[in-house]
Amino acid sequence: MGIQFYVQNALGGLAYGSLLFLIASGLTLIFGLMRIINLAQTAFYLLGAYIGLSLVGQGWNFWLAGLAGGVLTMALGLAVYSAFLHRYHADPLTSLLLTLGFALILDDGILARWGGDPHAIAPPAMLGGSITVGSLVFPQYWLALIGISFLIAAIMFLSLQRTMLGVIIRASVDDEEMARGLGVDVNRAFYIVFAAGALIAGLGGMLGGPITSAYPGLDGELLPLAFAVVIVGGMGSLTGAFVGSLLIGLVNAFGKAMFPELSYFTIFVPVALIMAFRPQGLFGRKL
Amino acid sequence: MRTSTTAKTAALAVALATLALVTPAPSRSADPGPIKVALLAPTSGSAAAAGHDMVAGWELFWKEHGGKAGGRTIQTTVYDTASNAAHALDQARHAVEQDGAQVVVGPYLANEGLAVAPYTVAHRIPLFLPTVSADDLSQRQASAFIIKVAGWSSSLPTHVAGVWAYEQGYRKVATLANSYAFGYENAGGFAQTFSEKGGKIIDQVWAPLGTADYSPYISKIQADKPDALFVEMVGADAVHFLQQWSSLGLKSKIPLIANETTTDQSNIRSIAPEIVEGITSFGHFAEGRDAAPTRAFIDKYGKAEGVLPSYMATSFYTAAQWIGQAIDKIHGNTGDAGMFLGAVRQIKLAESAFGPMVLDQYGAPVENVYVRKVVATSGDAAKYAKTWNVVIKTYPHVSQFWTYKVADYLKQPVYSPSFQGYTK
Repeated sequence: MGIQFYVQNALGGLAYGSLLFLIASGLTLIFGLMRIINLAQTAFYLLGAYIGLSLVGQGWNFWLAGLAGGVLTMALGLAVYSAFLHRYHADPLTSLLLTLGFALILDDGILARWGGDPHAIAPPAMLGGSITVGSLVFPQYWLALIGISFLIAAIMFLSLQRTMLGVIIRASVDDEEMARGLGVDVNRAFYIVFAAGALIAGLGGMLGGPITSAYPGLDGELLPLAFAVVIVGGMGSLTGAFVGSLLIGLVNAFGKAMFPELSYFTIFVPVALIMAFRPQGLFGRKL
Repeated sequence: MRTSTTAKTAALAVALATLALVTPAPSRSADPGPIKVALLAPTSGSAAAAGHDMVAGWELFWKEHGGKAGGRTIQTTVYDTASNAAHALDQARHAVEQDGAQVVVGPYLANEGLAVAPYTVAHRIPLFLPTVSADDLSQRQASAFIIKVAGWSSSLPTHVAGVWAYEQGYRKVATLANSYAFGYENAGGFAQTFSEKGGKIIDQVWAPLGTADYSPYISKIQADKPDALFVEMVGADAVHFLQQWSSLGLKSKIPLIANETTTDQSNIRSIAPEIVEGITSFGHFAEGRDAAPTRAFIDKYGKAEGVLPSYMATSFYTAAQWIGQAIDKIHGNTGDAGMFLGAVRQIKLAESAFGPMVLDQYGAPVENVYVRKVVATSGDAAKYAKTWNVVIKTYPHVSQFWTYKVADYLKQPVYSPSFQGYTK
């Protein structure tokens, strides 16, 4: 196994990790802030992918279709949050069951609307080709996806660190009661974070589509991976979600390539180790 | 809570069974009523697309034939297995014990079939398996009550593929398959005949069903430098694999020898033509086969569904045709299970959308295997799909035992990761 093997798996792992970040970032922030474990997060991803797919079918540009998928998913997320979920923040069990219910409803809705065939999503034409360096061939789009995810991560970090909203979110994550006592409108931050989580997941559906395609049941397959990321990175930590995504992506790639018969095992080894030795995750606060 | 419900159900079942015993059997002259068929299909869950196709194929036939055979109405009820073996068994129980189903057709997945079979056999209910291809259901676990009507065995087409691959001059081949029974049987059939010819299996990679990112497996195979890759993929996994195989630049470098499901119409219909065109695969069905019954069927199906049929849809259409002929032959007297099953076993389809089919004594069809190639559609089919599988070579009258002596073949274990038909 030459250098090409390592480079290819490193790039593949980063691309898959980037995709996981788009799901896990929302998951971790929503939990960190509201104590809601959003099991519908990957269903949002799938919905975004299907909406984008339909729009591309009507001649839309890939990026615009992805954005529209994200925005529509966000609208749905907001509706769900304001109609049901907002009452149950800090009540993980009730909100968990609620979001599970919505995930199932979304799944069946998607099956009824789009049928059960797997749908391939083609990358935008200008990124459709592959890059060849010596004997290494790598899809351009996968590199682009790494870049886009890093960009989205940067925007999220800056918003958290440099804006008033970010200050409010961080303050609410650290001590919600104190923030409320100081007159901070914590509820507004809840809406914004839930909406942002749904937006990025919905957008992620289209962005990740050329890798995962879209089919009923995809959400159930991505969910354990997204949770692995959140557990490794630490609940509520964006840095954790970022590092955790890339780590799980790389472990996934090298684990499968070197020990294909142990593929699930290798992903959950880091999870088990973290649970045993650092239950709060790499970047999480002490439990 | 749960216990008391179960207890109530059990009590009810006992009461109903007693009632059934004391109620006199209807006399022969009375109207026998409809023949109740339970169609077990995954209409939700991961295999929902296949479930839809199965129901569509089955219903298309009965719609054409007025829903009757042998003078009796065929009353089909679809039971959703949710792509889950335990649920499939619950549904089979429900169909037989509460709804009085006399015949069970389906389900789809091999594990569903393996869960349902012992139950229907124990209750002496005919079980017809048009898509469940698990080798053992017509080999080491064959039963008089299980028939793969218009069906197949997983390794039947891939035995042919192994021989063909050697004849093409390939000597070192790697395999990539999903790590479950269907994958093991597909790869095993290939590995056995290929290595018996003198070829060498240099690597066997098993990927779990539901893998989105195949690039690590692909890079491992690339490092193996094989002459060709044998691949088995199902559903969304096929879509992922084919896309990534092409975008990682291997489509033009390493020839693929695909199994039937990898390039099934239900998968290739959503993939860009340049990604799939030219891929060779082995199957008992080819929607682009240039023969009158196949053309007629895809035309009918296209008009009804707007797409070209998958092998699942075709299997259930042909199974309906087959079972219908048998019921005609015994004038609707399906109450005598022995006679009914005997009639089904004697049917010979001189032609069908698959080609000619007869059953062997183990309940599996002896049928054509097609070497297929994905090409752009032409003629009327172009209305319904961009690409399809056409036949480049036909191996007629292939048995699930290939050319082996049946007794010898049954002595070897069923294909699994530890038995792939060759010495490692």
